[in-house]
Amino acid sequence: MNSKRWSKNLQLHIMLIPATLFAILFSYVPITGIVIAFQRFIPNRGFFKSTWVGLDNFIYMLNMPDIYQVLYNTVFIALMKIIAGLIVPIVVALLLNEMKKKVLVRSVQTMIYLPHFLSWVILGGILIDILSVENGIINKVMQGVGLPSVFFLGDNSWFPFTLVITDVWKEFGFATIIYMAALTSIDPTIYEAAIIDGANRWKQTFHVTLPGITPIIILLGVLSMGNVLNAGFEQVFMLYSPSVYESGDIIDTLLYRVGFVDAQFGVATAVGLFKSVIAALLIGTSYWLAYRLAGYRIF
Amino acid sequence: MGSKKSSQQLATIVISIAMLVLGIVCLLPVIHIIAFSLSSPAAANSGKVLLWPIEFSLDAYTYIMDEPKFGKSFLVSLERVGLGLSISCLLTLLTAYPLSKESARFRSRTFYVWFFVTTMLFSGGLIPTYMVVRAYGLLDTIWALVLPGAVQVFNITLMLNFFRGLPKELDESAFVDGAGHWTILFRISLPLSLPSLATIALFTMVGHWNAWFDGLIYMNRPEHYPLQTYLQTIVTNPDMSRITNFAELKNISTRTVKTAQIIVAMLPIIVVYPFLQRFFVKGIVLGSVKG
Repeated sequence: MNSKRWSKNLQLHIMLIPATLFAILFSYVPITGIVIAFQRFIPNRGFFKSTWVGLDNFIYMLNMPDIYQVLYNTVFIALMKIIAGLIVPIVVALLLNEMKKKVLVRSVQTMIYLPHFLSWVILGGILIDILSVENGIINKVMQGVGLPSVFFLGDNSWFPFTLVITDVWKEFGFATIIYMAALTSIDPTIYEAAIIDGANRWKQTFHVTLPGITPIIILLGVLSMGNVLNAGFEQVFMLYSPSVYESGDIIDTLLYRVGFVDAQFGVATAVGLFKSVIAALLIGTSYWLAYRLAGYRIF
Repeated sequence: MGSKKSSQQLATIVISIAMLVLGIVCLLPVIHIIAFSLSSPAAANSGKVLLWPIEFSLDAYTYIMDEPKFGKSFLVSLERVGLGLSISCLLTLLTAYPLSKESARFRSRTFYVWFFVTTMLFSGGLIPTYMVVRAYGLLDTIWALVLPGAVQVFNITLMLNFFRGLPKELDESAFVDGAGHWTILFRISLPLSLPSLATIALFTMVGHWNAWFDGLIYMNRPEHYPLQTYLQTIVTNPDMSRITNFAELKNISTRTVKTAQIIVAMLPIIVVYPFLQRFFVKGIVLGSVKG
C-alpha cells in the first residue's frame, strides 16, 4: 500500500517539475541577482565575478540630486491615487445600487470597465492626442468655452493631477465590481426592517448600506497601503517627459533611466532593492493590520 | 405619501441619467480617437472632428496595412499570445492539480505551496531579472517575452480552488479502476474545468496582448517588437515621422496614422471584451475577497 501511494505521489512530483524549474530559473535566480546592488556590475563578468563595492551604490543613490524629490513625487502621486481609487468606486457603486433597471446598470458597467482592459500604451496614445496643447480635443473645447488652454502633460502644476485622474478613468470601473459584490451580500431583510421603521433612501444608504460594506472598505484601504511606493510605472513612463520630471518622476522611472539609459546597473539595483525592502515592510504591516481589523488572511 | 413616492422615482431617474452620462464620458476619448482615425487628414488637422468622422476616409488604415513594421510587430504579438497562452495554461494545469490534493495525502504540498507563493512575494527586481534573461541568451528571441512570466501563481490559485470543488468520489472511483494521476487530470478534472480554464486563458491572452515593457527592454531590434511595444515607440516619439513618401502625404497625416494604429491594436480586446466581462466578475471577487 505504502509503495503504491509513493508511486502515485511520484506522479504528482513529476507534474510539478516544469513549474518548479521555471520558478527557479526566472524567480529564484533573479533573487540571488540582488547581489548586483553591492557590486560595480559588469554584465559580461556575471553576478559573482564583478567587483564588490559594499554600500557604495546606496551612498551614491542617496547623494543623487533628485532622489528626495523623486521619493516625494512617488508617495504624493501614489497616495492621491489610493484615496481617489477608494472613494470614486464606492460612490459609483452606491449610485449604481440605487438604479432600478438592471439593464441600465449592466450597460453602465460595460462602459466603465472597458478602459481597465486597454494597455497604458493605448490609453497613453489616446491621452497624448486628446490632451495636446495645440490640437488636442480637450484644449479645443476649453478654448471654445473661453477657458485658457492647459498643458496637462507638460505643466508641473497639472501633471500629477492628470496622472491621478487618468488612472481613475482606467481603474474605477473595475474597482466597483468588488463593492457591487459586497452590496449584494447585504441581507435584504435589514432594508425591509429599515423601511418599516420609516428610513428613507438616504438613511438606508448611511445606516444600512455603508455599514454593510465598511469591512470591505477597511480591508481594501489597509491593503492598498502596500502600494504607497507604486505610483504606476507604465502610466508615468508613457505620459511623462523631461519637462515634468520635477513633479512626475517616480522611483520606478528613475530606476529605469539609471539602469537602461545610463547603464549603472549596480545603482539601479540598489534603488530597486531599497524600494522593495520598504514595500515589503509596508505590505507586511498592511496584511497584519488587515488580519487584526478585518480578519483577512491571504492563505 | 404619493409625492414622496414620486420624488423617489425622480431621484432614481436622475441617478440613472447621471450614471449613463458617466459611462458615456468614459468612452468619449476612445470614440473621439476612432472618429479621428476615420477622418481625412485635412479635416482631422483642422480640429473639427469631435465624435463623428468628417470626410470619411480609410486611407490611414490602408496605409498601416502596407506598413511592413506594423504588420511584422502584429505577427510577433500573435506568436507571443499563442506561445504564452499554451505554455501558461499547461503549466497552470500541471501545477494546480497536485497542489489541489490534501496535505495529508500529498505530504510535500506545503513545501511546494510556499515555494510558489514566495515567488509572488519576493522578486529580484528589474535589473537582476533582465541580467538573468540576458545570461540565458534569450534577448531578441520570442522566448524572452513568454518564459519569464510563464508561471502565474494567481491563476494557479484560481485553478487549484476549482479542482478542490470537484467531488472527491470521481477521483476515488477512478483510482479503484486503476487510473493514475495523469489520467485523472486529463480525462476527468480537465474536461470538468474547461470553463475555468477558458477564463484563465482569456486573461492570459489579454495580458500578453497588452504587455509592452518587456518587449522594450528584451528586444534590441525594432523588428522584434510586439505590437504594443512598437506602438509605444511611435506614440511617445513626436518627431518620428514614418511617412517618407511625399506623394502619400496628401492623403494621410502622422496623427491619423497613429490613431489608426491605436485602434487596430485595441480591436482584439474589443472583440473578446463581451467574454471577458462575462467571466471576470467571478474571478476578481474570488481572488480579492475570498472569505
